[in-house]
Amino acid sequence: MTRKNTNIRTDIHILDGNQAAAYGAKLSRVQVIAAYPITPQTPLTEKLSEFVEAGELKSEYIAVESEHSALTVCTSASMVGARTFTATSAHGLAYMHEMLHWAAGARLPVVLACVNRAIGAPWNILNDQQDSISQRDTGWIQIYARNNQEILDSVIQAYKIAESVYVPAMVCYDGYVLSHAEMPVDIPSQQDVDRFLPPYKPHTILDPANPRNYNLVTLANPRVNTEGVLCHGYMELRFLLEEALEKSKDTIINVGQEFGEIFRRDYSGMFWQDRLDDAEIVIVAMGSLAMEAIVAADMLRKEGHRAGVLGLRVFRPFPKADLVKALNKCRLIVVFDKNISYGSEGATCSEIKSALYGSDIKAAIRNFIVGLGGRDVKARELADAVKKSIPSLGEGVVSTYYPEWICDI
Amino acid sequence: MKTNPINLTETEYLLSGNRTCPGCALSLAYRHILKALEGQVIATVPASCLTVLHGMYPITSVNVPCVNTPFASTAASATGLVAGLRALGRKGLTVLAIAGDGGTHDIGIQALSGAAERGDDFIYVCYDNEGYMNTGNQRSGSTPLGVISGTTPILGKQQNQKDITAIMEAHQIPYVATANASYPLDLYEKVRKAKAIQGTRFIHVFTPCPPGWDFPFSDTIKIGQLAVETGWVVLYEVENGVFRLTSASESIARRGKLKPLTDYFAVQGRFRRITQEQMNELQDWVNTRWKRYLARAAS
Repeated sequence: MTRKNTNIRTDIHILDGNQAAAYGAKLSRVQVIAAYPITPQTPLTEKLSEFVEAGELKSEYIAVESEHSALTVCTSASMVGARTFTATSAHGLAYMHEMLHWAAGARLPVVLACVNRAIGAPWNILNDQQDSISQRDTGWIQIYARNNQEILDSVIQAYKIAESVYVPAMVCYDGYVLSHAEMPVDIPSQQDVDRFLPPYKPHTILDPANPRNYNLVTLANPRVNTEGVLCHGYMELRFLLEEALEKSKDTIINVGQEFGEIFRRDYSGMFWQDRLDDAEIVIVAMGSLAMEAIVAADMLRKEGHRAGVLGLRVFRPFPKADLVKALNKCRLIVVFDKNISYGSEGATCSEIKSALYGSDIKAAIRNFIVGLGGRDVKARELADAVKKSIPSLGEGVVSTYYPEWICDI
Repeated sequence: MKTNPINLTETEYLLSGNRTCPGCALSLAYRHILKALEGQVIATVPASCLTVLHGMYPITSVNVPCVNTPFASTAASATGLVAGLRALGRKGLTVLAIAGDGGTHDIGIQALSGAAERGDDFIYVCYDNEGYMNTGNQRSGSTPLGVISGTTPILGKQQNQKDITAIMEAHQIPYVATANASYPLDLYEKVRKAKAIQGTRFIHVFTPCPPGWDFPFSDTIKIGQLAVETGWVVLYEVENGVFRLTSASESIARRGKLKPLTDYFAVQGRFRRITQEQMNELQDWVNTRWKRYLARAAS
């Protein structure tokens, strides 16, 4: 995030995360917005309504009666060829679940802002990442922001990525921690964003002159059409979606690099690296927690530990090969998860373990569950958890234990 | 100009060889709906018998652009199509949401009610075969009292159907109408009329189902006519709050007499276990409703 070119024009505003997301959508010239209010996403939808009613954003704003309908409006408008945006949290995202699958299956580049919040029962409106992690297998690209600048930048990039590979993208950011916290944010100029983001070109045609039916019942096996051409079966279509997700990694990196060239903020990595070059101990975290982890690493460094931070930015597609490269020198990996895959462990920990399988890395891996339902996570607690894990450094084996929970008050 | 078989749109948008059951009233109704819209339409279809009619990838019998959408989302999908067309400045196309009674009365009612309250600009057609016929005949919110179905297999359904057209009228939308596949010209005219109106328009189309209702494939038209002649179905429209009986219901009103409902029950296997008490209850309901319609038509 360093600003090498001092000639670049900046336009710094004090924005909370929801406002940053709203500016990201506005600058992306979204054409159809459909959303249903849910805490802590609500101020984002209010801001977008304000943009539309004030005439600052030429867009159809549909105040739908549910999240299920919000995403349906987006999928159908996207099929017509409009750039669409929606936003939600927690129960709203869960209510969209069916349509999340549908959007990805239909290969529609909808962009969704997920303001991460805990899911009930019992009711809780504060932050963790259980909501978006629960939607891991719906075929969406998932990008996590560490701060409000990254929220704005990621929304704009998400359109370019999604519309290049025809896969929907979710930009996730922590409820309250980011959504309601104000920070300086550079708002790019519309001119620069227009230069970066070309108009959306749909892959679908909805025209009576060329009538086509989309997403008909599709059999498991390929089937011949009326011209004798063999067309995909359901399994081929699923393979193509998986292939698109895998290949989207290059797109994400290229788009991030291109963004950096225009806006001087580089996003050419799938994850953020802090002092990994000589790190013996690597802290892994996702979202705003990755910033807190940097403070923890500072503490550990002062105490003589060679600690670094790997901040996961893109969770889907998961950057397996890049991770192996980045982690190849470390001997202890401490993964903090703001989610839990019940009966197993934190989701990012499982992903890391899976990525390291078959590599030469023999690091010990420890997993801590933190911050559920808005439980405060202090840098000191992260540092202490790392120190507690240091004895396992010598073992050099993947931990097979269930995760530990940090529930200090 | 009054519609007659000569001046109907000649082009066929529903091609021969679709996958519906023999005697399916839906294919007849859909054929006339698409003709009335002259193919200048984008249809959105949820999981239903209509999905089956539309065929299996990569072959379809329907010659208009169409998107499929999950069960609960028909009206929201129509809203999205309308919003997308407007955002792109595309004009001259009608958006048609068309769902069954399960997709309308039950799982789709929230999205439909939301869209109607917002006044989103599309035609919503509910084709009503009074049950979940695509999944093999289970009871829905539109299944009549006393009917034997997959989920009311022994005792028959213990509740009567809900009046979806009245529910939609309560949304104060500019046009609601009832129609019946056995009266295709009336249906055609109503779709033509709806096409010219802006806002949410709702048309309920009665579509008898031979396998689900247990009557011979050859009797679909007769069953549909009997439904109107007994007052089980009343053909009407409400345009900007003005009620009008149409077609056969209008002429029955002039003649002044409905056939007894038992004539309608007797020819369908699904009513085989209906009790005398249930029949009386339904006859009373039909009589009361008919009187109410006559009073509305007269005022």
